[in-house]
Amino acid sequence: MTAWLYHLNALVLGLFILTAIAMVVTRQISACLQVFILQSLLLAASAFLLGGSPWSWHLFALGCVTIASKAILIPWILRSMIPAEVYVRRELSQSVQVPAALVAAFGLLLVGYALGIPLNAAAHSLSPANVSLGIAGLLIGLLLLVVRREAVPQILGILGMENGAFLAGIAIAPDFPLIAELAIAFDVPVLAFIVAVLARAVYQKTGSTEVGSLSALRELI
Amino acid sequence: MGLAIGRSGMIAPTTATPPVGACYVSRSYMIESAALNLCQLAFVLGVSPLLAGILQKSKELVQSKRGPGILQPYRDLRKLFAKDEAVSEQSSWILVVTPYVIFVVPLIVTLLIPVLTDFPLFFAFVGDMLAVGFILAMSGFFFSLAAIDAGNPYGPMGASRTRMVGFLVEPVIIIVLFTVSFVADSTIPYIVQQHWLRPPANFFSASHILLIIAFFMVILAETGRIPVDNSSGHFELAMIDESKALEFSGSSLALVKWGGYMKFTVLAIVLVNVLTTPWGLASLGTIPSMLLASALVFAKLLTVLVLIVIVESSFSKLRLFRITDFVGAAFIVSVTAMVTELLGQ
Repeated sequence: MTAWLYHLNALVLGLFILTAIAMVVTRQISACLQVFILQSLLLAASAFLLGGSPWSWHLFALGCVTIASKAILIPWILRSMIPAEVYVRRELSQSVQVPAALVAAFGLLLVGYALGIPLNAAAHSLSPANVSLGIAGLLIGLLLLVVRREAVPQILGILGMENGAFLAGIAIAPDFPLIAELAIAFDVPVLAFIVAVLARAVYQKTGSTEVGSLSALRELI
Repeated sequence: MGLAIGRSGMIAPTTATPPVGACYVSRSYMIESAALNLCQLAFVLGVSPLLAGILQKSKELVQSKRGPGILQPYRDLRKLFAKDEAVSEQSSWILVVTPYVIFVVPLIVTLLIPVLTDFPLFFAFVGDMLAVGFILAMSGFFFSLAAIDAGNPYGPMGASRTRMVGFLVEPVIIIVLFTVSFVADSTIPYIVQQHWLRPPANFFSASHILLIIAFFMVILAETGRIPVDNSSGHFELAMIDESKALEFSGSSLALVKWGGYMKFTVLAIVLVNVLTTPWGLASLGTIPSMLLASALVFAKLLTVLVLIVIVESSFSKLRLFRITDFVGAAFIVSVTAMVTELLGQ
């Protein structure tokens, strides 16, 4: 029984790192959001599977909180606050071309393993692959934050980092206090809300949410 | 055909406990194995136009059109075989030979892979998955040459584009095979299939699912499916795969089309039988179990068709220079599969 949950967890992990790569590749913003929802569901699935073998309320609660906040609440906030025109757009200009970003993502995967293997040895994690792929997911989220110029993919990058950190965290510290999880679960939708308000304001002023190009100076008319 | 052989049939019944590693292959086993190989050939030959018809019909249904019936490819083939063939005087022997190469190559590959049985057949150890890739590449090579040979302005364009997609896809295939050989210690399709089967724990690993997805993306790119190429488009300038067949007519065109259907079927069979769902193949050579296996394999192929219909109706065709994004993603997925296999537990 325990072994089966562990095996299923391995499949979930494969799909998790796949969604991290998919977020780097997708140019359309709504598709990026959908991939993020899928990634959050996979994180929840991993928490349920790891929490099932020695039964753990903490991991079960964490899975439920993840689904509620990241798969339902945050997408709803982002959808309702930011105009729908933004979501059908394709992001054409990125600071790095997609193939280069993919190679960087692969490099970050290796970094994830380089950091994850000693961490596993030190921390006696439940599932070693969780830690390595979680760190890789965290770094790929950071990459998304760096290469994307639109506001929504950038916030999805931050949230992807958070997903990666949780994926590593549930294997290292399965008895993580619930109060900390709840605090994060409330913090993150607030973060999404603030960024969404900001992006909405930027959209109303400039007609786009391409925050990457806001750093260029423009003449006052 | 009263065939009743299985894994036990490979070992001569004279010794109760045969020494490890010693397999006495009997003459009747050889004949039966060759016969079963022929059954597999017949399955691929017969089913591949039907799969193409079902794929076409279901795509039309998704797009709220009526579409031709699922047997249309058979009718097309019969019509084309009855027609006369026109070959340009300026063209060389390549144009004449190519349809036969395209038709025969998927059949050779069929001999090497587990189509219906999960025990190795007559030609099982003649070539591995790398050989499958190279043999299929041979048909692509001749197809491109023939397209250039005919002198049609669209042919060389399609040929060079196919080569571009081809050399982008090749590293993905190689990395997938590397990963398979790391996982299963072999690239013989029958052994790989057995590896996923038992112990069942082998089936569940992060690298396995990444491997499947990378190979699925390879199939989409290699068989001219939508994110890479629109197989139902009729605009010559936008064609990648189709424009190479413009100069063929009559029975040559029929062979080229049938070969194309079979290439897709063979790749899909490698995906479902070797990589994804190794269950449900016949473990005995008897007629009922072969029939059951054919039905199950057909059902599995239908699932692949459903997946392809979903992909084809939810994505748009990529621009030519965006194909690198798609194939690059496939490459990174395959390399990720290899890394998770080698470094992960």
